Amino acid sequence: MKILVCISDVPDTTTKIKFTNENKELDKTGIQWVINPWDELALTRALELKESSGGEIESITVINVGSAASEPTIRKALAMGADNAIRVDIEPKESYFVAYQLAEAIKPREFDIILAGLDSADYNGASVGGMLAELLDMASVSAVSALNIEEGKVLVNREIEGGTQKLEVKTPFIAVVQKGIAIEPRIPAMRGIMMARTKPLEVVEPSNANCLTENLVYELPQPKGACRIFKEEDIKELVEVLHKEAKSI
Amino acid sequence: MTLLVYTENREGKFKKATFELLSYAQELAKNINTEIVALSIGDVSPDELNKLGNYGAKKVFSVKDEKLDLLDNKIYTAVIADILEKENAKIIIFPDNLSGRALAPRLSAKLKAGLVSGVVDIPSSYDPFIIKNKVFTGKAYASVKVTSDIKILTLSQNSFGIKDPSSDTPQIEDIKPDISCIDSNLKLLSVDMVTGKLLLTDAERVVSGGRGMRSPENWNLIEELAELLGAATACTRPVSDEGWRPHDEHVGQTGKIIAPELYIACGISGAIQHVGGISSSKVIVAINKDPDAPIFEVADYGILGDFKNVLPELTKAIKETKGS
Repeated sequence: MKILVCISDVPDTTTKIKFTNENKELDKTGIQWVINPWDELALTRALELKESSGGEIESITVINVGSAASEPTIRKALAMGADNAIRVDIEPKESYFVAYQLAEAIKPREFDIILAGLDSADYNGASVGGMLAELLDMASVSAVSALNIEEGKVLVNREIEGGTQKLEVKTPFIAVVQKGIAIEPRIPAMRGIMMARTKPLEVVEPSNANCLTENLVYELPQPKGACRIFKEEDIKELVEVLHKEAKSI
Repeated sequence: MTLLVYTENREGKFKKATFELLSYAQELAKNINTEIVALSIGDVSPDELNKLGNYGAKKVFSVKDEKLDLLDNKIYTAVIADILEKENAKIIIFPDNLSGRALAPRLSAKLKAGLVSGVVDIPSSYDPFIIKNKVFTGKAYASVKVTSDIKILTLSQNSFGIKDPSSDTPQIEDIKPDISCIDSNLKLLSVDMVTGKLLLTDAERVVSGGRGMRSPENWNLIEELAELLGAATACTRPVSDEGWRPHDEHVGQTGKIIAPELYIACGISGAIQHVGGISSSKVIVAINKDPDAPIFEVADYGILGDFKNVLPELTKAIKETKGS
């Protein structure tokens, strides 16, 4: 069995977002780039499964759409334990464009399970996994919060509004994963970092893809007015304000 | 040309988010002079379907088939695409929740229709089609141009509000989809529904605790206040990672993104990842003993003090106000 994990390269979640070029572009100065948190959890789970599979899972591949600038992020994924990597050599634009690039790169290869994060911490399209499934004409399960392989059967938990379903899924399929799939992301050990340098990272040419959307301009939320602070002894007054002015209770 | 709204039911009932979606669609339909068609999948009574008309749907397609009970995204997408084509719909609106996020991307790729996720406003222009959505987990907004003929939107919850219902009823058409030839890879083994608990995504008020609550035993103070307010309970990531509270209560960048009318944050310092998940709340009240806690930068009101004193006092004061 072969697993593929789609990873994207996003600003660290503590980044203070700023824009440049008349608010048409993200200001990249000082940004720490990391593996998208959901993708990192997906990769962590894939590695756990491989280690406990007794050889049944042959390999974990990661794939990224990005310029050479995203290689440190890909190397980190290899350092965490992925066996090899594919980079589609083009700057990612919008979701459909990225999904199309991924689909074309994946088509000539075979994977049993493809994992993608439910959302990305940058443009929050929450869409590449689902689009990829449609482009590859594959089954997809969204909001997967647990993934297990038992006696050759693939079992997943899927979050639905108000509950959780347990499903058995026939491969190949795409699992769009969310929180819960793994608890803590794996931190690469020194040995992993050394080994990552020599693991195969294949660079493939991009395909001709259209964009369906274009982000024209960005803005930051309006700053909030100053917070009105009450002391412990003035709680009644606050409740009055919440009741009469804010009308929230 | 029409505007299609995907309406989601839970155990045969429509929720607030559906009525918000239709209220939002009314605004768009008026601006482009078209009608709203609603799509309902699953077993919903005619009375409940009529409610869709109360909120502006002229026509309702009610799709039923046992095969759809599996919630297979691939089959759902095929069904939706069929109806879309039949109705010549150019705009389709989903809720920005688990089902919208499961279906909208597949449909987008199938139809080569541009998708804008998490929209927060009506389009600023229809030709070209430009609309604003949340990016960087609520830390910013983008104005997005959609260049394809068909446009797909997912609407951020609680970003628009619900219009008053009318007494209009829709024309209801039952549809038996032709999906016998699509095989599903999914087999449902079991379902575990949360019962008797107000869901975070449905709640108008939320009381939430962070690591400043010190131990899970102190959550009774949060639960008491939540019960009084008819609020759902939530927590920060460290709290759910510690196992003090279930993961489904985690609110923040990697958990749930919510936008209730009132959000009360107890013992939450206000890490940027948490704030991303709550910043669209209408009113934020923070309880913290540290006057420099960043949560006060996003809160509208703050109480400086220890939750052990503040929460019981707050609960008491609200009880008195409600009683009077």
